[in-house]
Amino acid sequence: MSDNGNRKLCIICSKGSLDMAYPPLILANSARMMGIDAELFFTFWGLDIVTKSKINKLKVATVGNPNMHPWFKIPTVVGAIPGMPAMASWMMRREIDKLDFPPVPEFVEMVVDAGAKVYGCKMSMDMMKLTADDLVDGAEVLGAMEFMELSEGAQVIFI
Amino acid sequence: MTTLTKTHEDILTDVEFDEEGFMVDPKAWTPEIAEAIASREELELTDRHWVVINFARKEFEENGEAPTLRRITKSADVPTKELYQLFPKGPAKKASMVSGLGKPTGCI
Repeated sequence: MSDNGNRKLCIICSKGSLDMAYPPLILANSARMMGIDAELFFTFWGLDIVTKSKINKLKVATVGNPNMHPWFKIPTVVGAIPGMPAMASWMMRREIDKLDFPPVPEFVEMVVDAGAKVYGCKMSMDMMKLTADDLVDGAEVLGAMEFMELSEGAQVIFI
Repeated sequence: MTTLTKTHEDILTDVEFDEEGFMVDPKAWTPEIAEAIASREELELTDRHWVVINFARKEFEENGEAPTLRRITKSADVPTKELYQLFPKGPAKKASMVSGLGKPTGCI
Protein backbone atom coordinates (compact mmCIF):
# COMPACT_ATOMS: atom_id res chain seq x y z
CA MET A 1 0.00 0.00 0.00
CA SER A 2 1.55 3.25 -1.11
CA ASP A 3 1.30 6.37 0.98
CA ASN A 4 2.90 8.34 -1.84
CA GLY A 5 5.72 9.06 0.59
CA ASN A 6 8.22 10.38 -1.94
CA ARG A 7 6.05 11.44 -4.84
CA LYS A 8 6.17 15.10 -5.80
CA LEU A 9 4.47 17.05 -8.55
CA CYS A 10 5.81 20.36 -9.94
CA ILE A 11 3.51 22.28 -12.23
CA ILE A 12 4.73 25.17 -14.36
CA CYS A 13 1.76 27.45 -14.99
CA SER A 14 2.45 29.67 -18.00
CA LYS A 15 -1.05 30.74 -19.05
CA GLY A 16 -3.30 33.22 -17.29
CA SER A 17 -6.67 32.90 -19.00
CA LEU A 18 -9.65 31.75 -16.95
CA ASP A 19 -9.88 28.40 -18.72
CA MET A 20 -6.17 27.69 -18.28
CA ALA A 21 -6.15 28.62 -14.59
CA TYR A 22 -8.12 25.54 -13.66
CA PRO A 23 -5.99 22.59 -14.90
CA PRO A 24 -2.96 23.32 -12.67
CA LEU A 25 -5.16 24.10 -9.65
CA ILE A 26 -7.20 20.92 -10.08
CA LEU A 27 -4.07 18.78 -10.49
CA ALA A 28 -2.29 20.35 -7.51
CA ASN A 29 -5.37 19.95 -5.35
CA SER A 30 -5.85 16.32 -6.42
CA ALA A 31 -2.23 15.60 -5.60
CA ARG A 32 -2.56 17.08 -2.12
CA MET A 33 -5.84 15.23 -1.50
CA MET A 34 -3.91 11.99 -2.10
CA GLY A 35 -0.94 12.96 0.02
CA ILE A 36 1.36 13.83 -2.89
CA ASP A 37 3.53 16.97 -2.57
CA ALA A 38 2.63 19.71 -5.04
CA GLU A 39 4.50 22.82 -6.12
CA LEU A 40 3.16 25.43 -8.52
CA PHE A 41 5.49 27.77 -10.40
CA PHE A 42 3.60 30.66 -11.99
CA THR A 43 5.46 32.24 -14.87
CA PHE A 44 4.72 34.82 -17.58
CA TRP A 45 0.95 35.14 -18.14
CA GLY A 46 0.36 32.44 -15.54
CA LEU A 47 1.47 35.00 -12.96
CA ASP A 48 -1.95 36.69 -13.27
CA ILE A 49 -3.46 33.71 -11.42
CA VAL A 50 -1.55 34.63 -8.24
CA THR A 51 -1.44 38.42 -8.68
CA LYS A 52 -3.89 40.19 -6.34
CA SER A 53 -4.89 42.83 -8.90
CA LYS A 54 -5.52 40.28 -11.68
CA ILE A 55 -6.85 37.18 -9.96
CA ASN A 56 -10.47 38.37 -10.00
CA LYS A 57 -10.34 39.52 -13.62
CA LEU A 58 -9.21 36.40 -15.50
CA LYS A 59 -11.02 36.05 -18.83
CA VAL A 60 -11.67 33.46 -21.49
CA ALA A 61 -10.24 34.61 -24.83
CA THR A 62 -12.94 34.66 -27.49
CA VAL A 63 -10.55 35.42 -30.33
CA GLY A 64 -7.79 33.03 -31.31
CA ASN A 65 -9.01 30.33 -28.96
CA PRO A 66 -9.60 27.11 -30.93
CA ASN A 67 -10.95 25.26 -27.91
CA MET A 68 -14.26 26.96 -27.28
CA HIS A 69 -17.06 24.86 -25.86
CA PRO A 70 -19.92 24.11 -28.35
CA TRP A 71 -22.26 26.45 -26.43
CA PHE A 72 -19.92 29.26 -27.25
CA LYS A 73 -18.86 28.45 -30.80
CA ILE A 74 -18.69 31.90 -32.34
CA PRO A 75 -16.97 33.33 -35.41
CA THR A 76 -13.77 35.26 -34.75
CA VAL A 77 -15.32 38.57 -35.85
CA VAL A 78 -18.11 38.12 -33.30
CA GLY A 79 -15.59 37.19 -30.62
CA ALA A 80 -13.88 40.51 -31.21
CA ILE A 81 -16.99 42.52 -30.29
CA PRO A 82 -16.50 44.33 -26.95
CA GLY A 83 -18.12 42.47 -24.09
CA MET A 84 -17.80 39.01 -25.65
CA PRO A 85 -14.84 37.86 -23.51
CA ALA A 86 -16.71 39.06 -20.42
CA MET A 87 -19.77 37.12 -21.46
CA ALA A 88 -17.82 33.94 -22.23
CA SER A 89 -16.05 34.28 -18.87
CA TRP A 90 -19.36 34.73 -17.09
CA MET A 91 -20.71 31.59 -18.74
CA MET A 92 -17.63 29.61 -17.82
CA ARG A 93 -17.75 30.76 -14.20
CA ARG A 94 -21.39 29.67 -14.03
CA GLU A 95 -20.61 26.21 -15.45
CA ILE A 96 -17.67 25.74 -13.06
CA ASP A 97 -19.85 26.75 -10.12
CA LYS A 98 -22.42 24.13 -11.15
CA LEU A 99 -19.72 21.47 -10.77
CA ASP A 100 -19.02 22.80 -7.26
CA PHE A 101 -15.52 23.94 -8.19
CA PRO A 102 -14.54 27.20 -6.43
CA PRO A 103 -13.78 30.47 -8.23
CA VAL A 104 -10.05 30.97 -8.93
CA PRO A 105 -9.22 33.17 -5.86
CA GLU A 106 -10.83 30.68 -3.49
CA PHE A 107 -9.22 27.77 -5.35
CA VAL A 108 -5.74 29.27 -4.97
CA GLU A 109 -6.38 29.82 -1.25
CA MET A 110 -7.60 26.23 -1.00
CA VAL A 111 -4.47 24.70 -2.56
CA VAL A 112 -2.28 26.87 -0.31
CA ASP A 113 -4.28 25.68 2.74
CA ALA A 114 -3.93 22.13 1.42
CA GLY A 115 -0.16 22.51 1.66
CA ALA A 116 0.74 23.08 -1.99
CA LYS A 117 3.63 25.51 -2.45
CA VAL A 118 2.91 28.49 -4.68
CA TYR A 119 5.72 30.44 -6.37
CA GLY A 120 5.83 33.49 -8.62
CA CYS A 121 8.61 33.48 -11.22
CA LYS A 122 11.14 36.19 -10.32
CA MET A 123 12.07 37.06 -13.88
CA SER A 124 8.43 37.43 -14.96
CA MET A 125 7.75 39.55 -11.89
CA ASP A 126 10.69 41.85 -12.66
CA MET A 127 9.42 42.20 -16.21
CA MET A 128 5.92 43.09 -15.05
CA LYS A 129 7.22 45.35 -12.24
CA LEU A 130 5.66 43.22 -9.51
CA THR A 131 6.92 42.62 -5.98
CA ALA A 132 6.12 39.90 -3.43
CA ASP A 133 3.43 42.22 -1.99
CA ASP A 134 1.53 42.04 -5.29
CA LEU A 135 1.12 38.28 -4.96
CA VAL A 136 -1.70 36.51 -3.09
CA ASP A 137 -1.15 35.35 0.49
CA GLY A 138 0.98 32.25 0.73
CA ALA A 139 2.83 32.83 -2.55
CA GLU A 140 6.61 33.27 -2.59
CA VAL A 141 9.03 34.60 -5.19
CA LEU A 142 11.37 32.10 -6.80
CA GLY A 143 14.08 32.23 -9.46
CA ALA A 144 14.30 29.70 -12.26
CA MET A 145 17.44 28.12 -10.85
CA GLU A 146 15.85 27.71 -7.43
CA PHE A 147 12.93 26.07 -9.19
CA MET A 148 15.38 23.58 -10.72
CA GLU A 149 16.59 22.74 -7.24
CA LEU A 150 13.18 22.22 -5.72
CA SER A 151 11.86 20.23 -8.69
CA GLU A 152 14.66 17.72 -8.46
CA GLY A 153 13.21 14.23 -8.58
CA ALA A 154 9.67 15.55 -9.08
CA GLN A 155 7.26 14.89 -11.91
CA VAL A 156 7.14 18.14 -13.87
CA ILE A 157 4.10 19.27 -15.82
CA PHE A 158 4.07 22.34 -18.09
CA ILE A 159 0.70 24.01 -18.60
CA MET B 1 -0.59 -0.57 24.59
CA THR B 2 0.44 -3.98 23.21
CA THR B 3 -2.93 -5.44 24.18
CA LEU B 4 -4.70 -2.55 22.49
CA THR B 5 -2.79 -3.05 19.24
CA LYS B 6 -3.63 -6.73 19.31
CA THR B 7 -7.30 -5.90 19.76
CA HIS B 8 -7.14 -3.64 16.72
CA GLU B 9 -5.42 -6.38 14.74
CA ASP B 10 -8.07 -8.86 15.82
CA ILE B 11 -10.79 -6.54 14.62
CA LEU B 12 -9.08 -6.03 11.26
CA THR B 13 -8.61 -9.76 10.56
CA ASP B 14 -12.40 -10.13 10.39
CA VAL B 15 -12.81 -7.25 7.91
CA GLU B 16 -12.38 -7.57 4.14
CA PHE B 17 -10.15 -4.93 2.49
CA ASP B 18 -9.16 -4.26 -1.12
CA GLU B 19 -5.47 -4.07 -2.07
CA GLU B 20 -5.33 -0.35 -1.21
CA GLY B 21 -6.78 -0.85 2.26
CA PHE B 22 -10.36 0.35 1.68
CA MET B 23 -13.18 -1.72 3.13
CA VAL B 24 -14.89 -3.88 0.52
CA ASP B 25 -18.28 -3.66 2.24
CA PRO B 26 -18.98 -0.17 3.67
CA LYS B 27 -22.10 -1.48 5.37
CA ALA B 28 -20.00 -3.75 7.60
CA TRP B 29 -18.32 -0.66 9.12
CA THR B 30 -18.48 0.02 12.86
CA PRO B 31 -16.84 2.78 14.97
CA GLU B 32 -14.54 0.10 16.42
CA ILE B 33 -13.35 -0.78 12.91
CA ALA B 34 -12.71 2.95 12.33
CA GLU B 35 -10.46 3.02 15.41
CA ALA B 36 -8.65 -0.09 14.19
CA ILE B 37 -8.13 1.25 10.64
CA ALA B 38 -6.96 4.57 12.12
CA SER B 39 -4.36 2.79 14.21
CA ARG B 40 -3.19 0.84 11.13
CA GLU B 41 -2.84 4.21 9.33
CA GLU B 42 -1.03 5.72 12.33
CA LEU B 43 -3.80 8.15 13.14
CA GLU B 44 -5.11 8.90 16.60
CA LEU B 45 -8.78 9.75 16.27
CA THR B 46 -9.99 12.91 18.02
CA ASP B 47 -13.45 14.48 18.24
CA ARG B 48 -12.63 16.48 15.10
CA HIS B 49 -11.79 13.29 13.18
CA TRP B 50 -15.18 11.99 14.25
CA VAL B 51 -16.91 15.10 12.88
CA VAL B 52 -15.43 14.19 9.48
CA ILE B 53 -16.13 10.45 9.82
CA ASN B 54 -19.74 10.93 10.95
CA PHE B 55 -20.34 13.39 8.12
CA ALA B 56 -18.85 10.98 5.57
CA ARG B 57 -21.00 8.13 6.88
CA LYS B 58 -24.13 10.29 6.76
CA GLU B 59 -23.35 11.35 3.18
CA PHE B 60 -22.76 7.75 2.20
CA GLU B 61 -26.08 6.67 3.66
CA GLU B 62 -27.88 9.48 1.86
CA ASN B 63 -26.05 9.46 -1.50
CA GLY B 64 -24.36 6.08 -1.71
CA GLU B 65 -20.84 7.46 -2.10
CA ALA B 66 -18.02 9.11 -0.18
CA PRO B 67 -18.28 12.93 -0.06
CA THR B 68 -15.71 15.10 -1.84
CA LEU B 69 -13.32 17.09 0.36
CA ARG B 70 -15.02 20.26 -0.83
CA ARG B 71 -18.32 18.98 0.53
CA ILE B 72 -16.67 18.13 3.84
CA THR B 73 -15.08 21.57 4.18
CA LYS B 74 -18.25 23.38 3.13
CA SER B 75 -20.91 21.32 4.88
CA ALA B 76 -19.20 19.72 7.88
CA ASP B 77 -17.48 23.02 8.74
CA VAL B 78 -13.97 21.59 8.87
CA PRO B 79 -11.61 24.08 7.16
CA THR B 80 -9.16 22.80 4.52
CA LYS B 81 -6.12 23.47 6.73
CA GLU B 82 -7.57 21.49 9.61
CA LEU B 83 -8.61 18.62 7.34
CA TYR B 84 -4.97 18.26 6.26
CA GLN B 85 -3.82 18.38 9.88
CA LEU B 86 -6.28 15.64 10.79
CA PHE B 87 -5.31 13.42 7.85
CA PRO B 88 -1.76 14.49 6.92
CA LYS B 89 -1.13 11.69 4.42
CA GLY B 90 -3.94 12.76 2.11
CA PRO B 91 -7.40 13.50 3.53
CA ALA B 92 -9.38 12.26 0.51
CA LYS B 93 -8.11 8.72 0.80
CA LYS B 94 -7.55 8.50 4.54
CA ALA B 95 -10.86 10.04 5.69
CA SER B 96 -12.72 7.73 3.35
CA MET B 97 -10.67 4.75 4.45
CA VAL B 98 -11.28 5.29 8.16
CA SER B 99 -14.99 5.85 7.41
CA GLY B 100 -15.11 2.43 5.77
CA LEU B 101 -15.97 3.88 2.37
CA GLY B 102 -14.41 3.33 -1.05
CA LYS B 103 -11.89 5.63 -2.68
CA PRO B 104 -13.65 8.91 -3.46
CA THR B 105 -14.20 9.54 -7.17
CA GLY B 106 -14.73 13.33 -7.10
CA CYS B 107 -12.02 15.64 -8.47
CA ILE B 108 -12.31 18.32 -5.83
